[in-house]
Amino acid sequence: MIARPEREPLQHLRSVDDLGGRGGIEEMLDLTDKMVEIQRREIPKVPALRGKTVVSLFYEDSTRTRLSFETAAKRMSADTMTFTVGTSSVNKGESLLDTVQTIEAMGVDAIVVRHGAAGAAHRVASWARASVVNGGDGRHEHPTQALLDTYTLRRHRGPSLDGCRVAIVGDVRNSRVARSDVKAFTALGCTVTLVGPPTLMPERLDGWPVTVSYDLDDVLADVDVVYLLRIQRERIDQALFPTLREYAARWGLTAERAARMKPDTFVMHPGPMNRGVEIAAEVADSARSLVTEQVANGVAVRMAVLWALLGSGGSVV
Amino acid sequence: MTAGAPAEHHTDETPDRSGRGFSLRTRVFDPADLRRAVTRVAHEIVERNHGGAEVVLVGLYTRGVALARRLAAAIESFEGIDVPVGALDVAFYRDDIGLRPIAPGGPTEVPDVRDKVVVIVDDVLFTGRTVRAALDALLELGRPRAVQLAVLVDRGHRELPMRADYVGKNLPTKRTEDVRVCLHEVDGGDDCVELWGPPS
Repeated sequence: MIARPEREPLQHLRSVDDLGGRGGIEEMLDLTDKMVEIQRREIPKVPALRGKTVVSLFYEDSTRTRLSFETAAKRMSADTMTFTVGTSSVNKGESLLDTVQTIEAMGVDAIVVRHGAAGAAHRVASWARASVVNGGDGRHEHPTQALLDTYTLRRHRGPSLDGCRVAIVGDVRNSRVARSDVKAFTALGCTVTLVGPPTLMPERLDGWPVTVSYDLDDVLADVDVVYLLRIQRERIDQALFPTLREYAARWGLTAERAARMKPDTFVMHPGPMNRGVEIAAEVADSARSLVTEQVANGVAVRMAVLWALLGSGGSVV
Repeated sequence: MTAGAPAEHHTDETPDRSGRGFSLRTRVFDPADLRRAVTRVAHEIVERNHGGAEVVLVGLYTRGVALARRLAAAIESFEGIDVPVGALDVAFYRDDIGLRPIAPGGPTEVPDVRDKVVVIVDDVLFTGRTVRAALDALLELGRPRAVQLAVLVDRGHRELPMRADYVGKNLPTKRTEDVRVCLHEVDGGDDCVELWGPPS
């Protein structure tokens, strides 16, 4: 099947914005369907990206994102290299620019970057000839997480997510997942309510197409999805909330709260979960939890992204 | 890709000419011709395979899938057997990835091919590169006893050593010409095969 390019080819995935809105996001989710089919095969691998090299450049800890990108690259037959700060020349003082130039000199086609600084992926993209995928940059964005979240939800509520009501609960202020998810969910027609303590809400919400609530119990019965963000334990030291126990009591999804949700409300979480803090163990393991499926779909979504960047020649997105 | 726009009636390996400025040279098949060709090929498949009990028809997206379904319906009507039909997407197996825009067709859904006689079905046989990709894609799904090839139109200009076992129509063409196949279930409108050429 040969198609004409209908838009600018996707060169980088630095932000959900690079997908160009609803149409681009939906095309990527459609492409993910095909990748899910490949994953179900006896030999879950296609030769599509033979000869391409994908580097993961991770300045922050990650298990699932890095493994998921590397698995995705291998299923598409690309070669993979891993760069983790712990064992690299960064410890000898090498700058991000020098590291990127060194990696580029080896001849790579895509760089998956995770970095603690917002904007790092944009920066790397401005230096590199290779395609850059943002694997999470500071508090800014995590676009592949947003794709796998919308994909997972679409499998259960789709094909259209129009009118779906999503509550994103927790540390919105520090969450790159929340930023990317708000963009993707609203682009697909969902309405999003941000829920959490005022201290964990962004200082400004100008232009965010969301409503805000400080009381989880107010919104619980009216939403189709409760999306829980990870509470980063280090935040307690910053006096943003008193104790984990108090957080769990007011904003955690306990079994008692889950019982008050509509029977068809789903629970999502980007992982890793703090059981007993933002989510009770029995809720995390219940039938309405999509957490395991989110991880499984992560590989397929990343296969789709790598294909769109390196293989499609611009016809997808 | 959306069906219907004439420019997207691409055939095997046809370079991405927009079709603008192309004019109709020959109406090769009208709907009745196309139906007769499909019926004849269906008979040949059954004859060659001694009844076709072991046959699996595997169509290549998009029009090959529609043709495979038509062949199965034809075989069912005169032979009374239900031939399994599969759909194969070869996008990830092509040898021109990175050289031109490629969009996957639909999901690959192929019944068990182990020890079966697989007939790959496509609309137009041109360079043979799509069939090469299809063989790679197919063999990863299992080991058929044999693989055969059925096409509606063989337009020549092979670049790989491929040969069709069943041909609806041998159509001599120039490389610059375009063979357009319309199937009502894919494209809407009437079935047809047409030869289009660039401005002379």
